[in-house]
Amino acid sequence: MPELTQPELTQPELAQPSADVYSGGFADPAVASAHAFRAAMDVMARPGTWRPLTGGQAPEGLSIAAASLLLTLCDPDTGVYLAPDVDSATLRGWLAFHTGAPVVAAGDADFALGGWAALMPLDQYRIGSSEYPDRSATLVVELPRIPAPNARLSGPGIKETAQAWVPDLALMQRNAMLYPLGVDFFFTCGSEVAALPRSSQITAEG
Amino acid sequence: MSDYNFAYLDEQTKRMIRRAILKGLAIPGYQVPFASREMPMPYGWGTGGVQVSAATLTPDDTFKVIDQGADDTTNAVSIRKFFERTAGVATTEETEKASIIQTRHRIPEAALREDQILVYQVPIPEPLRFLEPRETETRKMHSLEEYGLMHVKLYEDISQHGQIATSYAYPVKVQDRYVMDPSPIPKFDNPKLEMAAIQLFGAGREQRIYAVPPYTKVVSLDFEDYPFEASKADHACDLCAARDSYLDEVIMDDAGGRMFVCSDTDYCRSRREAGHSGALASPAPAQEVPA
Repeated sequence: MPELTQPELTQPELAQPSADVYSGGFADPAVASAHAFRAAMDVMARPGTWRPLTGGQAPEGLSIAAASLLLTLCDPDTGVYLAPDVDSATLRGWLAFHTGAPVVAAGDADFALGGWAALMPLDQYRIGSSEYPDRSATLVVELPRIPAPNARLSGPGIKETAQAWVPDLALMQRNAMLYPLGVDFFFTCGSEVAALPRSSQITAEG
Repeated sequence: MSDYNFAYLDEQTKRMIRRAILKGLAIPGYQVPFASREMPMPYGWGTGGVQVSAATLTPDDTFKVIDQGADDTTNAVSIRKFFERTAGVATTEETEKASIIQTRHRIPEAALREDQILVYQVPIPEPLRFLEPRETETRKMHSLEEYGLMHVKLYEDISQHGQIATSYAYPVKVQDRYVMDPSPIPKFDNPKLEMAAIQLFGAGREQRIYAVPPYTKVVSLDFEDYPFEASKADHACDLCAARDSYLDEVIMDDAGGRMFVCSDTDYCRSRREAGHSGALASPAPAQEVPA
């Protein structure tokens, strides 16, 4: 069991949580999380496709899709790493109030959340072991907009090939080479989600 | 319905199952351990499939359950009723109208679409279990991709019987990596494992979930000189005359009388409604059978 490291918060922030902390959860958790999970499962099973994912609202500019993912998948059993660009006392409070998930260091995380640059380096996340490749991190990458495709995917979930955008071609190809180890990605932008599992083979477009 | 949380399971259990399903989809054919719960039905009656279905269902779904192809057997009826009561979802017997199909030991004859999900009930998820009883060893074999033992088993089949005698739960290799038990479906169904729908496998007693995303490469193990063959009874359905469906043999009397019928009851019914009639079918009730 990895040790859960809880980075320290200053006292004044803890003493006066923003009202945002308590708002923005699923209105009807059982039904909303069921719909959110189906969107998440659908994109994980079909790499490269974007689907709407709504229901949750986190404070301070986190996308609806990312908030819904956290509400659907995180609970006291999952360590969450917040990259520096999204980490805040309010988001920590929101995460604790709505999911109970502990905030942990990147190396212990089941889920990591942030912008692409802030989440790097990629090799700090768990990739699983050869006997338990499922014990690996899932990265939720926040995007300011949905970029144009720059890569071609093939593999499970893809009929022949699919066009997709990947943040760093060489790095993602290296992640795919680790198969069956590696990390898996969700990309979130506004209320849209896409996924890139480790099983996808990635080549440059064109 | 208000007496239960939606789809019976509590939310934390569903999250745990959902995380396992996502990792299963990311590593096709790999068995993800999960903390299987006690369900209000005995192990061996589809508790794994039921938990996967419960974590996957939304109120908008239309749910179908088949037991060896049939909608009207005890297991299928009771699981269908279970979700009617605890999730309030619509149910159907028609493959085409279902969005989630839970199945015991068959793949429907009709090709499934991209917007459908097939949930299998799995008794023994480990394809190597009858060759190597220790979990620590089979896990090591999967991690090292050491599947020689399985080929030896198939070879021994050939040396004893002149052919690969395995006729159900026929092992497959998924995306050139993991050898997987497709659950005890007849090997006739193996070629259908490469399909447009998402396939999820749940083994409740053995606490494993695994998955095959759409269009994933699924190859039945064989040898160059003894290639895999999807076999079925060499007969036409005696009710609907189908020659392309998997057949059940039904003993009719004590004098050796028997008939062959489609194991997929919905497929057989829809063919009979379309006017097809087999050798032992009672005369069509209303419409003329086209010549």
